[in-house]
Amino acid sequence: MEKIRVENLTKIFGKHPQKALEELEKGKKRDEILKETHHTVGIGNVSFSVHEGETFVIMGLSGSGKSTLIRCLNLLNKPTAGKIFVDDENILDYDKKALRQFRQTKIAMVFQHFGLFSHRSVLENVEFGLEIKKMDKEERVTKSLEMLKAVGLEGWEYHKVSALSGGMKQRVGLARALANEPEIILMDEPFSALDPLIRRDMHTELLDLQAKLKKTIIFITHDVNEAFKLGDRIAVLKDGEMVQIGTPEEILDNPADEYITNFIEDIDRSRVLRAENIMRKRSLKIGKNTAAKIALEILNDSDYEHGFITDRHDNRILGVVDADDLLLAIKGKLPIAEVMHTDFVSVSEDAYVKEVLEIAAATKYPVAVVNGEGEYVGRIQRAALLKALV
Amino acid sequence: MNEFPEIFELNAGDYVETFVKWLTTDHMAVFDSIRDGILAFLLRMQSIISFIPWFVIIGIVFIAGWRLKGVRSGLFYTLMLLTIGLLGYWNDTLLTISIVLTAVIISLVIGIPFGILSANYKRMDNIVRPVLDAMQTMPSFVYLIPAIMLFGLGMVPAVFATTIYALPPVIRLTTLAINSVSKEMIEAAESFGPTPWQALLKVELPQAMPTIMAGVNQTTMMAMAMVVVSSMIGAKGLGYSVLIAINRTDIAMGFDAGISIVFLAIIIDRLTQSIGDKFRHDE
Repeated sequence: MEKIRVENLTKIFGKHPQKALEELEKGKKRDEILKETHHTVGIGNVSFSVHEGETFVIMGLSGSGKSTLIRCLNLLNKPTAGKIFVDDENILDYDKKALRQFRQTKIAMVFQHFGLFSHRSVLENVEFGLEIKKMDKEERVTKSLEMLKAVGLEGWEYHKVSALSGGMKQRVGLARALANEPEIILMDEPFSALDPLIRRDMHTELLDLQAKLKKTIIFITHDVNEAFKLGDRIAVLKDGEMVQIGTPEEILDNPADEYITNFIEDIDRSRVLRAENIMRKRSLKIGKNTAAKIALEILNDSDYEHGFITDRHDNRILGVVDADDLLLAIKGKLPIAEVMHTDFVSVSEDAYVKEVLEIAAATKYPVAVVNGEGEYVGRIQRAALLKALV
Repeated sequence: MNEFPEIFELNAGDYVETFVKWLTTDHMAVFDSIRDGILAFLLRMQSIISFIPWFVIIGIVFIAGWRLKGVRSGLFYTLMLLTIGLLGYWNDTLLTISIVLTAVIISLVIGIPFGILSANYKRMDNIVRPVLDAMQTMPSFVYLIPAIMLFGLGMVPAVFATTIYALPPVIRLTTLAINSVSKEMIEAAESFGPTPWQALLKVELPQAMPTIMAGVNQTTMMAMAMVVVSSMIGAKGLGYSVLIAINRTDIAMGFDAGISIVFLAIIIDRLTQSIGDKFRHDE
């Protein structure tokens, strides 16, 4: 379901944005407008929508307008033109009171440099949003303690914020946002100030939390690997314009232009692509009761060396054969089941290529791919694996 | 040719004088009530301070110095206060303190809200800033004249002049303090949807506190300096003794009263400064 819909959003910085807006509508480019009117187009004419419960990553280099864009979503930046619908309400129509209500209940934000209040303890920081909502002391303390526990900061509640490391500070930031029980969480490069190891931990933690909480997350980053690791869908922003929106696989497969191609060049594809993206679908399979002679014909007609033997009823894989095995069966008049090898390996269709690689290295057969019910859905040849990586 | 032609003249001073006269004749009632208010406040302050026995005051200063800065500072302040007492200026010191306190309290009550408003409204800041510049460059004696005209001689005009003189630093530093709260912290606060009051009280003021306290410290020191000058229009206390010493060219008396003022100033400065440090929090 659609949670947020952004239509033709434009944010222009400067004293007389309307004039620059007209220029923009005439189709002028960002640098031209800057030169002629001395107004910076933060973002120009951006449209997209975010589904409920998805992690939507907005990726772009610095200066691409991603921070400007995310700040428009809770109106920390007032857009110059366009519409932002949250649950089908245009938040730009809100008056001050409705806006406060919106920020108090629906949306929370996590900041790049944490934005913690240095005059408050860890616990008091987490309490902040609840305090603003006028929740009574006892209730908000209980809730904040719970949140701190959820992000693994038990025992640090009464410390000063300054006593915490970067990773821990961002956990506080996350707990503070979550304590408010928002439906939408905005994350503005939340992990870019952390060192790589801590960042990896935080990724895992965020994915775990998100699996439980199913919030709608808008996540900003300039790090491609981070984007592809966390995002259900990714939007690429360049010079204040949306260049491409799609799932990680779609973007890898069909980069919209050179900018994106460059962007995804150094991405570790084995951590993004999944088995289902590189497998041959519904490729050759042989029923377990098929006569060996017919099986051999089928195999020879195909361009495969191996054939998977499946159960016709539940479509489960029983084993794997090659031409020599089948010849053996024809000679000895044996059923296929007697000659097939059962030491084949299979992976789930949503396994990352990285995992498939490890498994494929240990077997001489192609890797079988199964779905959630254990049914045969495809196979991965070694050549396909190599191709996926370059 | 070297002289500025006399036919062109601007008697700005005359206009101000007319204005002040108009104020004092047509609006006497207003100033009377202001005077009564200040006087009542001042007298209350004096009676509280002079009610406390001398050794208790020294005790309080010792404990404050010890807690805020350390035992040695505490002992040092005690010694300075004892010296003032031995020189025979104990009562004058109390009088001076009560005038300073009154002026500082009034300055803060006016100055902090003004500072906050200037920080939030650019237009207000554009008006307030040049006024503050003027106030700070004006020689302190000048404030004595309208003070006398409005309130006559005595303690009240002294408090008035002192307040006006001491006001700028607290306004300036409050504005500076609020403006320099980190942008991300303000955004973080805003993102939770607080009312302007909530944002001010829960984030901006606590964050601004160390700098505001620096303003309070400066305001106090300015008040301390002005209270000596305003002895010329009837503020009793240490400054008055200095004034008498000047008139009599009495070096001994001048030194005793002068050194008492210095000691008192040092104590007040160090104590208010270290209260400010207590509000400091690192990121």
